[in-house]
Amino acid sequence: MATLTTTPDSDRAPVEARSVPDPSFWTTRRRDVLTGYLFVAPQLAGVLVFVLIPVGLAIWYSLNKWNVFTGKQVFVGADHYAALASDPQLPSVLLATVVFSGGVVVLNITLGLLIAVLLNRQFRGATFFRTLFFSPVVVSVVAWTLVWGFLLQDNGGINGLLHAIGVDGPNWLQHGDTAMLSVIVSQVVRSVGVNMVLFLAALQGVPSELYEAARIDGAGSRSIFARITLPLISPTVLLTAIITVVGALQSFAQIAVLTGGGPELSTTVLVYYVFQQAFEFNDIGYGSTLALMLLSFVMVLTLLQWQLRRKWVFHEQ
Amino acid sequence: MSSRSALIRRVLLVAALAVLAVPFAVPTIWMVAASIKPLPEIFKAPPSLWTEHPTLAAYGEAFTFQPFARQYVNSVYIAVLVTLITLLVSSMAGYAFARIRFPGANALFLVVLTGLLVPSEVTIVPLFQVFKRAGLINTHWPLILVTAFGAPCVLASFIMRQFFIALPAELEEAGRLDGLGRPGIWWRICLPLARPALSAVAILTFLASWNLYLEPTVYLTSPELFTLPQALTRFTDAYGADMWNTQLAAATMTVLPVLIVFVIAQRQFVEGLAHSGLK
Repeated sequence: MATLTTTPDSDRAPVEARSVPDPSFWTTRRRDVLTGYLFVAPQLAGVLVFVLIPVGLAIWYSLNKWNVFTGKQVFVGADHYAALASDPQLPSVLLATVVFSGGVVVLNITLGLLIAVLLNRQFRGATFFRTLFFSPVVVSVVAWTLVWGFLLQDNGGINGLLHAIGVDGPNWLQHGDTAMLSVIVSQVVRSVGVNMVLFLAALQGVPSELYEAARIDGAGSRSIFARITLPLISPTVLLTAIITVVGALQSFAQIAVLTGGGPELSTTVLVYYVFQQAFEFNDIGYGSTLALMLLSFVMVLTLLQWQLRRKWVFHEQ
Repeated sequence: MSSRSALIRRVLLVAALAVLAVPFAVPTIWMVAASIKPLPEIFKAPPSLWTEHPTLAAYGEAFTFQPFARQYVNSVYIAVLVTLITLLVSSMAGYAFARIRFPGANALFLVVLTGLLVPSEVTIVPLFQVFKRAGLINTHWPLILVTAFGAPCVLASFIMRQFFIALPAELEEAGRLDGLGRPGIWWRICLPLARPALSAVAILTFLASWNLYLEPTVYLTSPELFTLPQALTRFTDAYGADMWNTQLAAATMTVLPVLIVFVIAQRQFVEGLAHSGLK
């Protein structure tokens, strides 16, 4: 400490004066630095305690096996990772994950684009429809899914309506394919409003001179959409698609409430399988291993999204 | 283009939108309609939104079958508390990362951003063990702490930082000349200007907490501690069959207040929630 007080350009206070800060030590710059650290400290601590340390713990847990009865843990190395390859259920779970995420992203992007294109013009009622299409986003996932479950019962509203037009509807939630279709559709209708808003913003960002120029050149509205609109909003579409997949990978409540992963394993996607292994079968080690698998999917997609965004934002400037 | 074909186009447009709107509007309308029907009428064919005998019996039953009022209070107080903590934590962190130069700021910001990479569905597996050791299972603490400081708060910090970066530096200089320190500038000058960003964060966080389902399912076992989404799934009779009208009445009570606030303040909602698709 003595060396510090003798540094030529030092404006530090002597150590014993710490309790009464010497104004010459607390320069504006130093106060700023201190305030900066204090201001970010709660968020930083939060990330450390609730994100980073848990990830580290998950890695550690994945290398251990718990005895459910004694609570003792034994280091088993890569055993759980080897178990991934021999788990007879995992291929089906991964297939369901791909079908669900793929179905959600295709339907969500198509429907979101369609609605955005239809709403991207001035007419009476545009605001009303925008509010309506967005409204399920604010409805609680569980309440929304419960109502869909109610409507999808064998004697429920959807089959009732189908019956009225002479169609015999299936028992939606009791067959693998229709159960998967049900979770996909209910998830898309609930969340497409966010993508609609993002697409509307992108559509409004297309310079109107381009449209005018194309029209003067005699282009029809279909070719204008294909040759001008779509290429110009394609970065937004791709970024939104990735975010939508990431969201689909995390859809737990929809599946838990509507199908409970069934019938059999048909709608057991990875996030639901993680929950089952970790909290229903109390297999912390294998549950952590599966959770890390889910994490790796989400991380890769999100990092890709950030990378693309940076690239495109850079190009725009 | 003749005005007649323009009119036809407009009619077609509205018709197409009306057809598309069916799956968006009907579930909510049906929920409310079925919640006031007597139970035998709920699955009557052909389906109808109308009933000759409207009844609020299911609403009463929601409160007697479960401690529903208590569960409602739980959800409200947890969401309010989480929102307040997040507003404070994220506006401080966002401000510091945007406006204060301090050594390591960029590196620390990257550390914070990792919070957006890691889904809470992953961290809940190890966190359950942590909270179990800490004796906090079957308390509201995990629901409050993880949401208020974890991933949802990181998104909020990011939104706040983006907002504060755009503020002109002259405002802060003026504050400095008036003798304000950093905390004073943050509190007296920047926060009042940040109202749009703060309301976006508040809406985003409130709904994130209000809709939480996995966390309460994992951490809570006593019905009087349940939050609303979790309570909604527990309206089943002794045989495990769904008590549909009670369930739908309870769902209506959790959905309608939020929908009403949304219709009143929809611009703020749309702006706030669009951020969730922007990270």
